[in-house]
Amino acid sequence: MTKFQEKAQILDRQELAASIIRLTLHAPLVAAAAHPGQFVMVRVGDSFDPLLRRPFSIHQVSAGGDLQLLFKVVGQGTRCLARLRPGEKLDLLGPLGRGFRLQREDPVCLVGGGMGIAPLYFLGKRLLMHGRLPEFDPVLLGAASQRELALLADEFFALGYDVHTATDDGTLGHHGFVTDLLDPVLPRVSRVYVCGPYPMMRIVAARCLAAGVECEVSLEAHMACGLGACLGCTVRATEGYAHVCLQGPVFDAGEVAWQ
Amino acid sequence: MTDHNDIDLRVRIGPLRLRNPVLAASGTFGYGREFADLVNLHRLGGVVTKGISLLPRPGNPPPRIVETACGMLNAIGLENVGVDEFIRRKMVFLRSAGTRVFVNILGDSIDDYARLAEQLSGVEGIDALEVNISCPNVKQGGVAFGTVPEMAAAVTASVRAATDLPVIVKLSPNVTDIAAMARVVEEAGADAVSLINTLIGMAIDCRTRRPRLANVIGGLSGPAIKPVALRMVWQVARTVSIPVIGIGGIATAGDALEFLIAGASAVQVGTANFRQPSVTEEIVAGIRSFLQEEGMLSVRDIIGTLQVEGG
Repeated sequence: MTKFQEKAQILDRQELAASIIRLTLHAPLVAAAAHPGQFVMVRVGDSFDPLLRRPFSIHQVSAGGDLQLLFKVVGQGTRCLARLRPGEKLDLLGPLGRGFRLQREDPVCLVGGGMGIAPLYFLGKRLLMHGRLPEFDPVLLGAASQRELALLADEFFALGYDVHTATDDGTLGHHGFVTDLLDPVLPRVSRVYVCGPYPMMRIVAARCLAAGVECEVSLEAHMACGLGACLGCTVRATEGYAHVCLQGPVFDAGEVAWQ
Repeated sequence: MTDHNDIDLRVRIGPLRLRNPVLAASGTFGYGREFADLVNLHRLGGVVTKGISLLPRPGNPPPRIVETACGMLNAIGLENVGVDEFIRRKMVFLRSAGTRVFVNILGDSIDDYARLAEQLSGVEGIDALEVNISCPNVKQGGVAFGTVPEMAAAVTASVRAATDLPVIVKLSPNVTDIAAMARVVEEAGADAVSLINTLIGMAIDCRTRRPRLANVIGGLSGPAIKPVALRMVWQVARTVSIPVIGIGGIATAGDALEFLIAGASAVQVGTANFRQPSVTEEIVAGIRSFLQEEGMLSVRDIIGTLQVEGG
């Protein structure tokens, strides 16, 4: 798979909620080659601190060569990114890794928690290119509160998906975990795509296994290169170790040795 | 003003001639292919492979890396495909990459090193061996070979006896007197030394009271270690008469030039590859521009030119 290094101009910066930011970049090479579930390594600044690039899943791409990143400010790298404004440039490396396998016909379910929703939107849009009926595909989205979730939920709804929400504080949808919404859904889907906090993905993976439903999970790990050279982004797999950047970030839930 | 194309960047590492003095360091460049889309390998002086052992190694449990101020800690644990797989699969690409191939080797015993050297010697496309006696991550072997002079000498001598390839010994900075280590490996038959490997360090998560690496300790690399590396290269270069390859936090042409001035005949670029995959190529171009600005015709004229007051 060809990967590119691209200086992408920032076209737009949206603050969806406090410290949740969506950047739209013009990155025609990466955008044209990207597949849902793949990621980019972003150089967050010109100084040596922070030194390493940061991995971000691709939130969506457009036919015109634009690409979006969605992130929450949680540390030094995301703080640097949050300061960038339209007109500035960002150095991207990608698309990297193995993405989701697209299910063409049978109903699927997308389960996203927090910023794990980011790659699912790209997936949701790409799945529609295969003539699906999205109203039969449930999308379960969870976040801390309504403010973090409302806009993203509306966007899945606008694509035609059967959207269900859960919030920790009960301000939107179900008051509780997004995994509470799985039971009625699992019998009517053939595959679940999930991205979110590790404990959430572990629960979804176990429930899918019990229900005999295929499950693909998108994992994250500390990563230095994204290219398979540093061998730092290791996760425990059923057979030894796997590297998130090469074998992932999307894994069959059964390949992962859940901790 | 010198014409850009007339500048001679060639250097010698013992019997080996390099197109230019910039190599990609072991463990930061995979087996070369990982970077092939993003950098012109044929413009580099060479590539040093991920460390190879006799048998494949799975490496350490995660988390294996953590970023620190201007650097990173790693405890990869020498994960590699093993020498058979390396020769069968990884050399196919490297042989056609148009650059010098240095194979980094590591073992748990002196015999391991000798067997690796023997096995790699007949393989087409390998230009030199870099003997890793300094990786801090494996409990048996690694540290002892690199920190005990008699052990370092014994490993060097066994590799020397087992191969006709140029032998470069990569030194650990986690010693009291690195110049003394360089001297013993020189006496044991090394064609060159490369330094420094990572400095042992650690980082702690205050909330969980846990180390940030599963291995607890790991090797520090990146710009944070450059001043230490430069000092050690200078000390070693004025002690031994074999060529020295400078490593440690090099991220710009200016960094590379500092090492050359301190006495290194070539440099390896490591952690900076993660941040900028084409950084090695850019450093080559930067060295050329610098020499042109200085009106110098050969990079060899800048090696070891440090001016010390009263020295």
